[in-house]
Amino acid sequence: MGALSRADRVELLRAMLLMRAIEARALTLYRQGRVPGSFYDGFGQEAVSVGAAFAMGPRDRLCPLHRDLGAHLVRGVEPARILAQYMGRASGVTGGRDGNVHFGDPASGVMGMVSMLPDMMCVATGMAMAFKLRREQRVALTWFGDGATSRGDFHEAMNWAGVQRLPVVFVLENNQFAYSTPLAKQFVVDPVERARVYGFPGVTVDGNDVEAVFDAVRVARERALAGKGPTLVEAVTMRMHGHAAHDDMRYVPPELLAEWAQRDPIERQERRVAQLGVEVAELRAEVEAEVEAATAEALAAPMPDATDAAHGVFAEEEAEPLGDGRAPWSGFAAEPAEASA
Amino acid sequence: MPAMTYLEAISDALREEMRTDERVLVMGEDVGAFGGAFKVTDGFVEEFGEERVIDTPLAEAAIVGTAVGAAVVGMRPVCEMQFADFVACGFDQLINVAGKTHYRFGLAVPIVVRLPSGGGFSGGPFHSQNPEAWFMHAPGIKVLAPSTPEDAKGLLTAAIRDPNPVVFLEHKHLYRRVKGEVPEGTYETPMTARVAREGTDLTVIAYGAMVHAALEATDDLDAGVEVLDLRSLVPLDTEAILASVAKTSKVLIVDEANETCAAGAQVAALIAEHAFEQLDGPIRRVASPDVPIPFSPPLEQAVLPSVDRIRDACRDLLDY
Repeated sequence: MGALSRADRVELLRAMLLMRAIEARALTLYRQGRVPGSFYDGFGQEAVSVGAAFAMGPRDRLCPLHRDLGAHLVRGVEPARILAQYMGRASGVTGGRDGNVHFGDPASGVMGMVSMLPDMMCVATGMAMAFKLRREQRVALTWFGDGATSRGDFHEAMNWAGVQRLPVVFVLENNQFAYSTPLAKQFVVDPVERARVYGFPGVTVDGNDVEAVFDAVRVARERALAGKGPTLVEAVTMRMHGHAAHDDMRYVPPELLAEWAQRDPIERQERRVAQLGVEVAELRAEVEAEVEAATAEALAAPMPDATDAAHGVFAEEEAEPLGDGRAPWSGFAAEPAEASA
Repeated sequence: MPAMTYLEAISDALREEMRTDERVLVMGEDVGAFGGAFKVTDGFVEEFGEERVIDTPLAEAAIVGTAVGAAVVGMRPVCEMQFADFVACGFDQLINVAGKTHYRFGLAVPIVVRLPSGGGFSGGPFHSQNPEAWFMHAPGIKVLAPSTPEDAKGLLTAAIRDPNPVVFLEHKHLYRRVKGEVPEGTYETPMTARVAREGTDLTVIAYGAMVHAALEATDDLDAGVEVLDLRSLVPLDTEAILASVAKTSKVLIVDEANETCAAGAQVAALIAEHAFEQLDGPIRRVASPDVPIPFSPPLEQAVLPSVDRIRDACRDLLDY
């Protein structure tokens, strides 16, 4: 089991194209003054969130990072709601309460991130703890960056997940820089090697190859479902834009960027898909049209009602836990556990 | 009604909720086989098993963070910080993840974090703190601090059933020193203030262990002193506070916590803003000065609000 169908491979490309098109449009909107604050994108890293999210089932739960828009798209969050989110509109996923990719649509089985990194590693570990306790065939997945491996929450989550052998997949999105800080100032030993000392495997994949990311995470998920515990998947990639829209990243050597530009994850998947006889230009045009329509819809959406700013701090009702999300991989159709779940 | 200690009442609430709701689980350092540093969960692992009474690694950020994760997929975790002071290590998960999630995208985080708090037994600077004000200042977190066994059981039950993050301060000094009748079965105590003793000449506002100090300090005063037990700091029972001040026109606020920006400072601000014209004297406060709680008994007793300090402050106000 585990093969990607032709439709899956096209879907992987489509999700990456959609992520890039949305973020390119959002950058334009930012420069037009329509996106308040700053804007954070995942340009060049699309394969990491799309490939990993694609390997997760509908009842699995995800905690993406700020460069992982692709995960939200795979789970079915509509582009118009995402663009409205960036512009602080009422119809955005958080209704203007938070910005950029700081969201999670509970209905999609995704918990939104916080800026303190990698806090969500602990949260995903707790989700996995509940799945194991209830003997459910489910997995939690979270992404985090190279910089986040320096913080204590990385250690606490890795150790805890190892001790309790939890069904959790940790995806280390190694994009070479934490804001301006290069890897050499972050750690001496590659964090993927640390997995072993917490008692579980660490694997490194080409983070610019969406099918390789998918495959590594699929294997990690199957390992988790088999009760064998966590896996750390290091996806090596490159942040092709600044930390945020205000950052000109003069600290990145131009030759490094030029080198990584040759390894663009979207172009790579386009070549694959073209070999399958798919008309890539048509797919691009479809995605562009979708983003165009979504932008118009988001621009037409009202700003939030200012009198609502103090509402909703506390939940009034019995807690409604995260719902199931979309899981488009064709392989799930053949999985009895998923079908009956 | 059976008589129980404050500690037994807390155990009872936890046990009852674990029996009736399989989503409830207990997690923390040494809570399982050892039964908790104070034995609140003594016997739990035998009744509920290691999967629901989880001995965790020594990792407060992960205790709170994993509780959040378990909560958003349908569990009702009750975390124990071994001492309230240690919650500082889990502060970020509580403030930034648990407290802000519902406001940001409408996802409820039903967790309880139990904090054995307070001084009076030479615990020193790391085992004596009253950190409630940290959480009052952070939106999205309820803060409860019962003073009696009956309220400890009812408020912990309410906390576990509440769809929000709740910080539950249980005063270590009360664990075995306070005993009282506790209703059998399960019940919820409302997150409102309680008049511990009625009076018309002066209101003393307190919570936790200081309710008992206030009652003792004013027991033999030749005046009608009302003692208002806040029980809940978030939500804060503004109505009960203002009603009592309207009745007595004089108010003393007692915190065991360090004075600056303590819960009592918020209560004082509230009264100054909304009841200024009803006051017949200055709002007075008794609290711990802004120092770490020292270890040696004479030093610790010099810092913590004593019955004598409270009584003196009451006399001053009554004479005003």
